[in-house]
Formats: sequence, C-alpha cells, structure tokens
Amino acid sequence: MKRRDFIKNSALASGAFLIPAFLKPLEGIAHEQISGYKNLVIIQLSGGNDGLNTIVPFGNDIYYQKRSSIAISQTDVIKLNDMQGLNPNLSALKEIYDQGWMSIINSVGYPNPDRSHFRSMDIWQTASDSNQFLTTGWIGRYLDSNCQACNKNPYAAIEVDDTLSLAMKGAGMKGIAVQDPNKLYQTTREPFFKNLVHEHDNELLNEGNLGYLYKTMIETYSSADYIQKTSKTYTINAEYPATPFGNQLKTVSKFINSGLQTRVYYVSLSGFDTHVGQQNQQGRQLKIYGDAVAAFIKDLKQTGKLDDTLVMTFSEFGRRVEQNASNGTDHGTANNVLAFGGKLKKVGIFNDAPNLTLLDNGDLKYQIDFRDVYATLLDKWLDVNNKIILNKNFNGLDFI
Amino acid sequence: MLMDNLKLIKHLYARAGFGLCFSDKRSEEHHSVKKEVKELFKASEAAEPLSVVQDNIDYMKLATADMQAKKQIIQQQRQQEKDLNLAWMNRMSITNAQLREKMTLFWHNHFACRINNAFYAQQLNNIQRNYALGNFRDLLLAVSKSPAMLQFLNNQQNHKGHPNENFARELMELFTIGRGNYTEQDIKESARAFTGWGFDKDGVFKVRPFQHDNGQKTFLGKTGNLDGEDIINRLLEQKQTAVFISNKLYKYLVNEVPDPAHVHEMAEVFYKANYEIKPLLEYVFTADWFYDDKNIGNMIKSPINFLVGLNRQFYITYQRPEVLLEFQRALGQVLFNPPNVAGWPGGKNWIDSSSLMYRLKIPSIVLDGGLIDFAGKAGPEDEAYLATMRNRQTAVSTKVQAQPDWDKFLQTIPKNLSKTDIAQFMLEPALSAALQNAAAQSADIKTLAIELVSTPEYQLC
Repeated sequence: MKRRDFIKNSALASGAFLIPAFLKPLEGIAHEQISGYKNLVIIQLSGGNDGLNTIVPFGNDIYYQKRSSIAISQTDVIKLNDMQGLNPNLSALKEIYDQGWMSIINSVGYPNPDRSHFRSMDIWQTASDSNQFLTTGWIGRYLDSNCQACNKNPYAAIEVDDTLSLAMKGAGMKGIAVQDPNKLYQTTREPFFKNLVHEHDNELLNEGNLGYLYKTMIETYSSADYIQKTSKTYTINAEYPATPFGNQLKTVSKFINSGLQTRVYYVSLSGFDTHVGQQNQQGRQLKIYGDAVAAFIKDLKQTGKLDDTLVMTFSEFGRRVEQNASNGTDHGTANNVLAFGGKLKKVGIFNDAPNLTLLDNGDLKYQIDFRDVYATLLDKWLDVNNKIILNKNFNGLDFI
Repeated sequence: MLMDNLKLIKHLYARAGFGLCFSDKRSEEHHSVKKEVKELFKASEAAEPLSVVQDNIDYMKLATADMQAKKQIIQQQRQQEKDLNLAWMNRMSITNAQLREKMTLFWHNHFACRINNAFYAQQLNNIQRNYALGNFRDLLLAVSKSPAMLQFLNNQQNHKGHPNENFARELMELFTIGRGNYTEQDIKESARAFTGWGFDKDGVFKVRPFQHDNGQKTFLGKTGNLDGEDIINRLLEQKQTAVFISNKLYKYLVNEVPDPAHVHEMAEVFYKANYEIKPLLEYVFTADWFYDDKNIGNMIKSPINFLVGLNRQFYITYQRPEVLLEFQRALGQVLFNPPNVAGWPGGKNWIDSSSLMYRLKIPSIVLDGGLIDFAGKAGPEDEAYLATMRNRQTAVSTKVQAQPDWDKFLQTIPKNLSKTDIAQFMLEPALSAALQNAAAQSADIKTLAIELVSTPEYQLC
C-alpha cells in the first residue's frame, strides 16, 4: 500500500488553519539566508551496478577476454580518455562530462568485502567496517552531530521515497521520506491527527517513548507543512524524462530551487542485479539514470544552483570481472563512484582505471575506501569533521 | 474503572503475547497474575510447526537450467517466501499459544537469518518455535546445525586449512557471550572446531571428517581436540552467556533500558536452571518489578507486534493477505528478512516520520476504508477532508480487502464499561486528557475503537 493510495486529492483548502508558532520555526526566512546553501544529493543504485560496463575500460584487453559476450565494443563506447569511456546508454552524460561537471572515482570499496546485497548496502549506508553492525546511518549521524549548518528538523535530510533508508536514521535525529509533498501534507492533515497534534499535553513530550512518538508526529506535521508550502512556490521549467526516477530528481530540483533548507537529498534507482542477460537490463537502467541526471544537472545550471549542489552516485558493490554463463555478472566488490557538480576540484577521471590483472579471487581490489569519499563530502561540503560521523578519521580525497 | 489486577494481566499479555482482547477478558478479570502466568504457559505447551513450504527447491539447478526453468524456480521461490511469511502472520494472529509465538519471534530476531531457501527458513523457524520455551543449549545446538544458519554464516565453506570464521564470530558476538568477552584468537580457534560442519543436499546435518580439523585448539582457556559441540558447551559454561541472553530478553519483555540488578537476578535464575527458558520467563512474569509503572506501556511495538495485535483485537481476515507484506515493508520489518545477522535494532529505530504516519493510518485503512470519523472540533476544511475520505472509503476497502469482525468485537465488550474504560483497556499507556476528551466525544464504540488504534499511544505496549 502506497501512501498515495490512501488519500487522493482532497478538497482541503490549504493554509486555512492556524499552526502554533513553535511549530513553524522557519517562517519568513529571508531568501538571502538560503542562497549559498550547499546541497548534497545521494543517488543509490540498488542491486550492485556493474561498474565495468558503466565506465568501460575499453583500453584493456583483459576486459574483452573476460567478457566475451557482454563487453561493450570499442566502437560503441563513448571514449573519455584512451582507457575508459561511457556505456552508450549514458550518452546524455557526455555533455555533462565535457562541461567539467562530472568526476569518476575508480575502485572504491572496503576491506573484507561482503557480497550480500543487504549486508553490503548496510555497510555503505552505515559506513561501518565489514564486521561491524551499526544501527545508525551516516547521514543520520550527520544530523545527530548538531553541526552548525544542520538545522534541527527532519527535513534537513529528505529521501524522495515512501520509506526512509537506514542511511538517513540517526540515534536522535532522522530524515524524512517525501515522495510527494502534497500527499504527505494531506496525510498529516487527517482531522483526527491534527487534533492530536494541537491538543496533546505538553508534558507528554517529555515522557520517554510516548514523548518521542508525539515529537515525531509534531515534527512530521510541521515539516509536511513547510515542505509543501515552500516547494509549491517554485515551478520547474526544465524538461525531465518521464520516468519515476526522472520525477524523483525533478522533485529534488523543486526542493532545491524553492529554497528548502535541506542539506541532503537521497534518491534510489533499483534493477541493477544483472545475473542474467545483463546488456539489455543494465542498459535500460543506465539510460534511465543518465538521462535523468543529465536533465537534473542542466536544470540546476540554468537556475544557478549547480555550484551549490554536489551529486554522488554509488552502488553496494560492483560485479565480478569475468562474466557468468548466462550473459550476466555475479556479485563482486570494488566499484566506481560518480560525482557531479559545478564546483568539482578534479574533474574527469579522478584516479587510474581498475587493475584487471591483480584480482582478489576474481574480484577487483579496492583502491579507495568509500569512507574516504564520505569524509570528503563531510569535511568539504557538509562542514563537519568526518571523525565525528565515521568514528575514526579518514583523510578524504581531493575531488572537491 | 478497570480493576487493578486487570491492568497487570493486560500488561502481562501485552509483553508475553500480542495483547489482551475483550473476548479474553471476562474469564480473566478475577485471576491472580500467578494463575494467569500458568495459563499462558499451558496455552503454549504444544509446539505446532509451520508446514506450508513442502518442497525443498534444488537451487543447484539454477546454474544449469535454461531461462524458462530458471524463471520457474525463481517464481516458486517467491511464492514459498510469501506463503511462509503469511502462514506465520496468520499463526500469530489466531493462535492461543501467544507466548510461544512471541518467543519464537524473539529467537527469530536473536538468531537472525536471511536465506533464499524458504524450506530451510521454515525449518529454522520451527526449531525456534520448538525450543522457544525449552532449553537454550538445545536451541543453540539445533540452530547451529540447521542448514539455514550453516549456509547464512558460510559454515559450508569452513574447511580444514581454510577456516571461514563467520559463524564462529557471530556465535560469540551475537548468539552467546557478546562483544568484549573473547579474543580474535578465540574466534580463529573455534572456527577450526566447526570445520566440516555442513549439510547434504537433503538438508541433513553432516560432520565431514575429511574437512574437519582434528588438531589441538585452545578456546577460552580450554585446550584439546575441540569440536563444535565442545565450543558451544564451553560458551554455556560462561555465566556471561546467561547474562547476555537475560539482558536481551529484558529489553524485549520489560524495558529497552536494562536495569542491571534485574538482569543479574535473571541471569542467576537462568544459569542455575541450566539454561531452561521456562523458569527464566516465569521469574520475569512474576517479578514485582515487571509490573512497575515505569515498565508499563512504554515499549514501542515492533511492526509485527503492531499488525498482529490489530488482527487479534478485531479478528481481521484478509481476502488479499499480500497486503500484510506491503504493511511489513512500509513499516520496516519483513519476517524472514532481518537487515543482517544482528537482527532488527528495534525500539526508537522503528519510528521515523513516514513509518509513524503509516502506523497511524493503517488501522483505519484495515478497519474502515481509511476513515477516521473524528467528531471533535472539526473546522470547515476538516469537514471537506472527511467528506473526501467517505467518498474514497469503498475504493480503499476494495483494495485492501480486509474484514474485521465488528459484531464479535462489539459483543465481547462488557456492557458495564464506560467509553473511558474501553479506551484504557485498548491502550497500554495512561490516558491523556486529550484522549479522554476524544473518547467522551466519539459517536459510538466503533468510531472510538478506530480512533484509539490510530494514536501514538497505540504504538506502545
């Protein structure tokens, strides 16, 4: 059951009722305060995207030897340098790349890699070691950290989805899942809920779990109002591909351009678990991804927000170097991470293409710990010391 | 006013089961807590296994099968996963053996396991059900020898000369003594002791002698040619195992914040009883502190607890039971799909903006096509909203296809109960002034009931 099925458009006149002042912390925020507000957009490719057929190492013969039936031919690859190039389904990103708005980080992973989707996704989302089980996500801990640039509201981090990922959950603070601001708004305006929000006893808020539930409810109520009212002030002019993923990025653009005080956005695209018949399946997903991201980046450029936005794409693991017998690939390890933005320090290909000779049991060896990528984002973009979030200090990289 | 001992019994059922229903009430209001605890165990004496998954799919075939056959295997697998999930949901929703199922759910989370083979998942679940109130050593041993766990924690790949430490590590970190009570060397040594533990293609446990390391090992100070059972025995000799399990159980049954003194009492009982689970539970359910006010109505229900409690209270039947899977997904707890071997973290982790809104909305969706008929101070826009919801009621009901038994629900409410009494019966936390008002203003009992289960208070047990 999706929330959108619960409630269709109601005849509710918007803004007709009064909200207590303490529920509206951000009313009347000046526009200047918002500009220069840096956003991080995280795109998760679920299922384990095959990085070798995404950023293709066409200059390496081993690639063609190991992937006799699913390699992307040299003539089809959109060449970026004399070693690596884009999968042709990512053609829309060529222009973005040429403009200097894209950076490719090769061979990102972690020690003792886990090949289970769930476990490896957990590791990426919680930024844990591979033998460590954390119950909070790295963005959640960023919200918890009480950093100066964070605000103390759930909408400091928004996931454009129906449910909230572990990455967005901290111990005290959690982000908010918003697939459609109007529908979230409508749900919270259920008259009975509204009454609970307005009539609750204030002492309740201090009472353990009940207090936590009421606080969450009130914050949701307030956030839904803020997100809906703010985002509807902006109309998107740019064209986006008519895919659900395209719509999600369009929603992010609406949020950013309307001046929502949100630091982190989270979006997922699934369908990358390509054990069988990979070329068509991955090709389809990459086209959805590339077209939408290109539209998003161009849109932000147009509206002057690209310099304040950084997009990072990751997947829970890459796939094995050698293809399997079903024209697909099985679960692997290290993978590339893609970054986009107007203020990248090192554009283009950040580091050497993956080494296809020195393998670990048929899998790529990681060269860069994914937490060094996170550390870079935390230190240089989200203005917080990465050690507080990642529990130990990572040096970070030089791409921003 | 509700009688005092009913408050205690209600608390007992909220924790040891999935909540007390009105239909349970008449016979029980005069019982002492002690007698009620006895009843709970009596109702859970038998362990009836789940048997909905009949075929053990041969996944080795996946490697060689053609596209069509592969598709079929995957389809069958999905069907089995769904059947198993719904069979257990149904069991919990209608069984009299509440305590056994509630404890099976505890072990399901303690020995968290996630595998594709639904036949093995069912088998592990039946092990957890069978020993749910039995002996922890028997349970631990049976789990350790189950194909599901052997596969999930890679013990099939644990061979002499090439030990795989995954099982050994989790055995200590999550199943018995917990972090900080063993060394990396203990893990290495014990992994060697479990070499050769595996299962054959029929899912029968096998110790493969040629893969087993017969060398000398030193584990937690004990040296010898130790095998897997020796390791498990050694772990159970450590009182820390009793402490670790008691602590976790306390957090499941009593309070998310453990009281070290109470946990210590529990561990003593458990250890002295040679890890018999029943005396431990009896001790908890009859302890004074179990009924302390601070331990009542303060725990956040797991999504399964929430859904099952709702089903039981309103005798709900689902024409399209898949909707229960959708609810599980939306609320973040899909049975047989824990996030990892550490299980669901629970507590406040269940609640974020979206999961809370789902929880507040699901009861009315299931009970009345999404309508919460609120009679309070409705403004004009509220009237408009309610009108829209009324228009959509049929459409929502058609989609969800859930049928509560309102007659049974309404008939089993004792006639002498006031609306406030009813509200206090259905909610574990004390009623706030706002809820007392809402209860007094509600149009009828049905409306009142829907309102009550759509509150933050209803999320607690």
